[in-house]
Amino acid sequence: MEQVIANGLYLGAQYALIALGLTLIFALMNVLNFAHGQMYVLGGFITYTLYGQLGLPFVVALLASGVTLAIIGALMEKFLFRTVIRRSHREESTMLLAAATAFFFDAVILLLFGEKQRGVPKIVKGVFNDAGIIMPYDRMVVGVLAIAFIAAFVLYMQYSRVGRAMRALAQDRVAAQLMGVRVDRYSMIGFAMGAMLAGVVGGLLVTITGVNSGIGGPISIKAFLMVMIGGAGVVGGAIAGGFILGMMESVGLTVLREYGDVTYLVIFAALMVFLSVRPNGLMGKPWG
Amino acid sequence: MINRRSTLKSMALGAVSTLAIAAVGISSAQAENKELKIGFVGVTSGPAAAWGTSNVRSMQTRAAWINETGGVKIGNDTYNINIVTFDDQKDPKRAIAGMEKMAQEGVHYVVGPNVDDGAAAVRPVAEANGIIYFPYAFPKALYQKPASNAVLGMIANYQSGPAIYKYLKENKGVKKIAFVAANESDPLSQRDGGVEAAKALGLDIVAQNDTYQNDTRDFTPVLTPIVALKPDLLVLSGVAPANAPLLIRAARELGYEGLISTETAQDAKVLEEGAGEYANGFISVGGASTPEIASDAMKEFVTRYTKMFGEYNDESNTKVYALEYILDTLKANPAAINDVAEFKKTMDTFSAPNPFLKGDAKLSYVGSTSFGQKRQLSVPMVVNEYKDGAFQTLFVGSVD
Repeated sequence: MEQVIANGLYLGAQYALIALGLTLIFALMNVLNFAHGQMYVLGGFITYTLYGQLGLPFVVALLASGVTLAIIGALMEKFLFRTVIRRSHREESTMLLAAATAFFFDAVILLLFGEKQRGVPKIVKGVFNDAGIIMPYDRMVVGVLAIAFIAAFVLYMQYSRVGRAMRALAQDRVAAQLMGVRVDRYSMIGFAMGAMLAGVVGGLLVTITGVNSGIGGPISIKAFLMVMIGGAGVVGGAIAGGFILGMMESVGLTVLREYGDVTYLVIFAALMVFLSVRPNGLMGKPWG
Repeated sequence: MINRRSTLKSMALGAVSTLAIAAVGISSAQAENKELKIGFVGVTSGPAAAWGTSNVRSMQTRAAWINETGGVKIGNDTYNINIVTFDDQKDPKRAIAGMEKMAQEGVHYVVGPNVDDGAAAVRPVAEANGIIYFPYAFPKALYQKPASNAVLGMIANYQSGPAIYKYLKENKGVKKIAFVAANESDPLSQRDGGVEAAKALGLDIVAQNDTYQNDTRDFTPVLTPIVALKPDLLVLSGVAPANAPLLIRAARELGYEGLISTETAQDAKVLEEGAGEYANGFISVGGASTPEIASDAMKEFVTRYTKMFGEYNDESNTKVYALEYILDTLKANPAAINDVAEFKKTMDTFSAPNPFLKGDAKLSYVGSTSFGQKRQLSVPMVVNEYKDGAFQTLFVGSVD
């Protein structure tokens, strides 16, 4: 059982980090970024290229993943989403745009990096094996880093000027604008931060799970799942959703293993019941 | 007067003229040969992209090679090969659309699809439109009468599995065996076939219901309960190349010390990057023309593939064969070029030198034992063991 809990906590930390960027963009702009998984994949491939292929230090590669995706995110917001939001009165326009960018990224990534699964050398070798728990040290490092990133993000959003402005935007866009918050500027920063988080977590997890050009879609779906559990646009909800999903997966795969692949069936069934009771998820409203 | 605008205009006109002359030159050179369209319907995007991509790239490499050296002579005509491709995204509905596209384009020979449900879905379209297709899928119904248009492009798991388990039982003392498979039709049917083979050999099956979502990225929770059962052999049934290193790594990190095997083809580079030394000892059914048995032609194919696409894929050691079989069968009976009934007649007696293997190996159609008719390409069943970045041949078998 100790192993099951350890697996669940580790999965939860990594899931929560994946969901953060998605929920941030949704909170600020009401945009469901279907390309979130593809951004994760791109971040993974950048780290793979710099750290795995060119031999640069892992930290440099991770930074490059984050910065590159932040730039891509900022450009996407400025030239694509901002334009569509301005010109279209239909919310689904941004969803279609997000889906289109996801397909575009899928194709570009496949062209640039090929079809193969890629991996990089482990950042820390060895396996912890004590007290009924087996956990490779690199997973422990990644788990701790994920929790550190989550904490840093929450503190930044809580106490920094930029964070306060973004929270104001998420609470009431019009009121924030009337109070002098520059909507365009902070929307762009928010989108860039969301994309950066996707890039960083992609770069971080390429050391554990590797990366391939086809996993963007499934990653996005999992991130949506976590956001739905926790409540769309709520940072605490995304974190809670990540840990809940991680724990459900770990427990389900152990307890239900004799019945075949029913774990996700049970998770989805539970989610349907849960959403019918709490359609806004656990936390249910924009954070502030 | 010459100004910037007129200079740019002249340059643009010059460029267009040059391109037009080049295009005319190329087309007139190619016009000497007829065109033979060979289709590909398979998965070249998404998580299973590696399967179809190695397929289509093998065909494109071989076609470019043939075209560069003057085309292929079939009967009295010489043809350039044009590979018509369609990405079915591993979706049976799209596979049907792909096969319909091939029919509309007048293609009679199609390589693919790569998975069971896609291969089953395209059968009515292929049969109605006179298309012979070469799936990389294992359901026997595709190859047994009354079906007659599908030709299995590789060794099936129910052919390789028993041979591998028997070898490991006799040579490595395997007694307890566990299976884990993705929750998809191919891996599940391969698992069921593996379980039957293990039962027939009297092995103790300690796990056979464990499955995972194909898009799983972290396999530790999946493998934790299986590793606790301490099997001697862990079979990754129908495992995708992207998942194999992750499963191996998770099992080894959890302390698993037994053997790990699969009946699908894998790529050494992917295993090296994803699992490193943890992958040492991993057993798979490898490419049919591995370095130990590859001919000079196979080595040139690998060089050309690498030059064309930047990196070779070991799965292509098997996937190089389908196009060769199609062309050599057409050479043997040129009437088959637009008549698949003629192709089927030729299959029963067809034999040609195997250009990809050393020695006097032959290309021929097999499958009588498994399917009751010759609806399988004869490729060597090479069982490999991964060791430090490369595959080493454990043993080579064959299929009737």
